[in-house]
Order: sequence, then structure tokens, then C-alpha cells
Amino acid sequence: MPELDLERIQTAYTAGLQEGRLLLQRCGCGALWLPPRAACERCLGTSWTWQAAGGGGTLYSWVVYHVAFHPDFRDKLPYNVALVELDEGPRLLTNILDDNALLSAHARVTFVKPDAAEPLARFRLER
Amino acid sequence: MAVDRSLRGRYVIAGIGATAFGTLGCDTLTLHAQACASALADANIGKDLIDAVFVKAPTSSKQFMYGQRVAEALGITPSWGGAWDQGGAANITLIAFAIMAIEHGHCEVALVTYADNPRSGSRAFYEGARGPEAGLGWFAAMGGYAMVQRRHMIEYGTPREAFAAVALAARRHGAANPHAQLRKPLTLDAYLASPPLVDPIHRDDACLLSDGAGAVLVMSAERARQLRVPNAVPILGFGEGQTTHDLTRRPSLTTTEAARSARTAFEMAGVSPGDIDVAQLYDCFTITVLMTLEDYGFCAKGKVAELVADGAIELGGKLPINTSGGLLSETGMPGMQLIHEGVRQVRGTATLQVPSVDVCLVSNQGGVMHTHSTLILGSA
Repeated sequence: MPELDLERIQTAYTAGLQEGRLLLQRCGCGALWLPPRAACERCLGTSWTWQAAGGGGTLYSWVVYHVAFHPDFRDKLPYNVALVELDEGPRLLTNILDDNALLSAHARVTFVKPDAAEPLARFRLER
Repeated sequence: MAVDRSLRGRYVIAGIGATAFGTLGCDTLTLHAQACASALADANIGKDLIDAVFVKAPTSSKQFMYGQRVAEALGITPSWGGAWDQGGAANITLIAFAIMAIEHGHCEVALVTYADNPRSGSRAFYEGARGPEAGLGWFAAMGGYAMVQRRHMIEYGTPREAFAAVALAARRHGAANPHAQLRKPLTLDAYLASPPLVDPIHRDDACLLSDGAGAVLVMSAERARQLRVPNAVPILGFGEGQTTHDLTRRPSLTTTEAARSARTAFEMAGVSPGDIDVAQLYDCFTITVLMTLEDYGFCAKGKVAELVADGAIELGGKLPINTSGGLLSETGMPGMQLIHEGVRQVRGTATLQVPSVDVCLVSNQGGVMHTHSTLILGSA
């Protein structure tokens, strides 16, 4: 049976992150995407499977926040939010866990296993 | 697919009306009433003639049946109407809907109206978390535009001076507009020294936040003649385009739906970029104007820095834009003020009037370049 419950799909994705795996969804039609989505936006089918990403990608674009739009981020300023293109093709929003001044176009980045407390997909510049 | 060119010039904006802009401390229904009254006075008609009320949904609160609440507050029981959510591109879209509904005999006189109070009410829409990525610090529409701007700089080496040209033009024009919210002109040095907010976007790249309302009345040119509307402005063309909601799912961040929208509008109007005398381009952020100019075909992709240099987009330049100050200077209202200024330029009644305007181009844009709409006004 295909999984149609978006919340459970999100939970499985998060569990993957906690185990150090960045999971993509691969549809029978070949489309590949990041969560959350129960139906393929290309063929509208629901016969997809999980596929672990290799963890490598390139920096597509990034921004640096100098103002906090939420009090939780005040002591993090200035912080970056980046758009990374995975080697498999899909892009995702993330933080690059390096000095903002080191970020450059097309830089190679690697997925970092997150802390258990905050299961978010973050990346580092490749050394 | 071919657009219906027979519509060209057969519909008009019969009247325009707006409230003041800034912090108004007043609910949106009251603002709608003020803008509507002003548009009716401009068209010199009574509100009993309105049989369609199209409303752009406000950002400050979500209310079901909001379009019907607006019609009720205006004392109108229309045959057609409702609230439409398409971000800042909605005003032109609603004008297009009005034309199509009138053309097929479903109504005769349409009010298209927008009111919002993000200063007196809630601004959460503009500044809130953008989806499940909040834990990353992904907040505010500005974050999305900054992402697009960075990518444009990566692909084309777009210099800060190009962004400055947009801000300087808007601020110069806004300074001359007695109704503008921000009337302080800007110098290049001040622009370059302005603090980063979400880098690469700096303070003077970002539009205002404003309470206010604006309305237009749409009818056929023939009906306007029958009603002796004094200053009807013909609509020559319109177009639309939409892309993905998530930035991550967009194939390119540096080409917008402005391209598709303009193709349709230009084809319908039978004009090309060379025919445009003046343009009112949606300027929520300076990057939006630069990419709209490219995608509308005023220059090749990536060459916009040359196009906007040396005051070319200021009054007296080759292509004056945003002659009342736009979102950067007149009011942060998402788009209606640009339609109003387009109407004034074609009428010849703008404060900063461009000499002999035959064709005025107006763009509206919604979300983080999710939606785009184009309106071409001019002498029929």
C-alpha cells in the first residue's frame, strides 16, 4: 500500500535525518523529489520509494540574514540560508555550517548528520 | 493558442480612486468604501451601476467570503464577485476577469478593489516563517527575493549600481508625489551605504509597508461613451503567467513569468517594447524591476545593468518607470497604485507627466515571483 499520510511521510524523512540519511522520494515514473509529497507532481501517481541521497551537492544561491524576524534567531545573526542543488538534481533549503564569508557560487557542499535535538538537513563546505 | 485581439481598446478603465497611504488605523472595509467612492467620483457614475465586485484578498487577515463582505459594505449586490488570492499579481488578473465577464454579457460595470492594513493590522504574511524550513531561519518574503537576487548576481555579475538605479528612480519620482509615503530622495552614496537586511538585499532595495486602498472601474468603451465618462483610458492588452510555489522546485530563479505574461499582453495590444513610452513596473524589491525589464524584452538577459545606467529609467530618460514612486516610495500597496499611475500617464494628468504617452506598460507580480500579470494601457 502506498503511504498517503503526509505527516507519516514527514516523520519517516525526519527519522532518516536522525540516522544520518538524507532521503529523497523516487517515483516509478523516474521523478525524484524531497519531502513532503504523497503524490508525484509529474505523473500524479503514488508508487514512490525512498532513496538515500549521496550527500553531495553544490551551492546554487544563498542569503545572509542581518535582521531577525523571530526572537529565536537574534543571537544567531548574521546567519545564512542556502539553496543547495543535490548531485541527484533536486534542490533544498538549508544552512551552510561555515563562516558566511567563505560561501561562493558553485561551491561543493556535503550533508551533515544533524543533532538529535534539531533534525534539519544542513551542509558544510567540502574541504 | 492565440489571444483575442478583438478585445484591444474595447474596454476601459473608467475611474480610479485611492485612499491616503501610510499608517491609517482603520479596517479594510472602510478603506474599500473610501477608494470606491473616489473611483465613482472620478468616473462620474453612481454605484448602482456596479454589478460585479472583484476583490484582491488582503494579506493582513484571512476571512472567508471576504469578497461578499466587501460588496455588502459598499451596499452592492453584484451578479459576479469574490476575493481572489494570487498575491500582488491579482489586481490586473481581476481586471482581465472583469473584461471577459462583461464581454460575454454576465455583467456591465465591474469594480476591482484592494484594501489592506499591514501597518495597523498584521504584517505576519510578509515577515513570517516561509514553510517547514522555519528552523533554518527561513523567514520573510525578503529572504526569497534575496535568494533570487544572489542567483542573478552569480549568473550575470549584476552590479549593485544596477539595483541602485531602480531605487534612485523610484525615490526621485516619489519625492515629487505629494501623496507618496516616502518623499526623501536617495543618492547613490546613501544607497551603497544602506545596511544589509537579508544580504544581498539592503534597506533601500525593499518596498514600503503600507495601509491603504485602491480601486478601478472597468467597463466597455461603448458603455463609457453612453455614460459620458470623462476620462476613460483604453486597455490595449493583458497577460498572465504563474510558476511553482516553492523556490526549490523552480527550474530557473533568474527567468520569471514576466516573459510569458508579456508575450500575451504585447500580442494582444500589437505592440513591442520599442513602443512603450512609460512603464509602471512592480518594485517590491529592486531585483524584481531588473528581471521584469529583461523578461519583457527591453534588453537581453543579463544585460539590464547597461539598460538602466545613466538615468535611463528616470523622468527624461529613454524609458521612465514608476513615475509616482512605485512600491519603493509611493506606497507598499501591492500593485494597484501602478495601474492608477498608468491611467494618469495616458490621460496626461500625472504629477511627473511623460510627454505624449501613447502606450503605458504596467506589471503586477505576486509572491516571490510566483505569479505575474501585465496590463497595457494607451490611446486606442
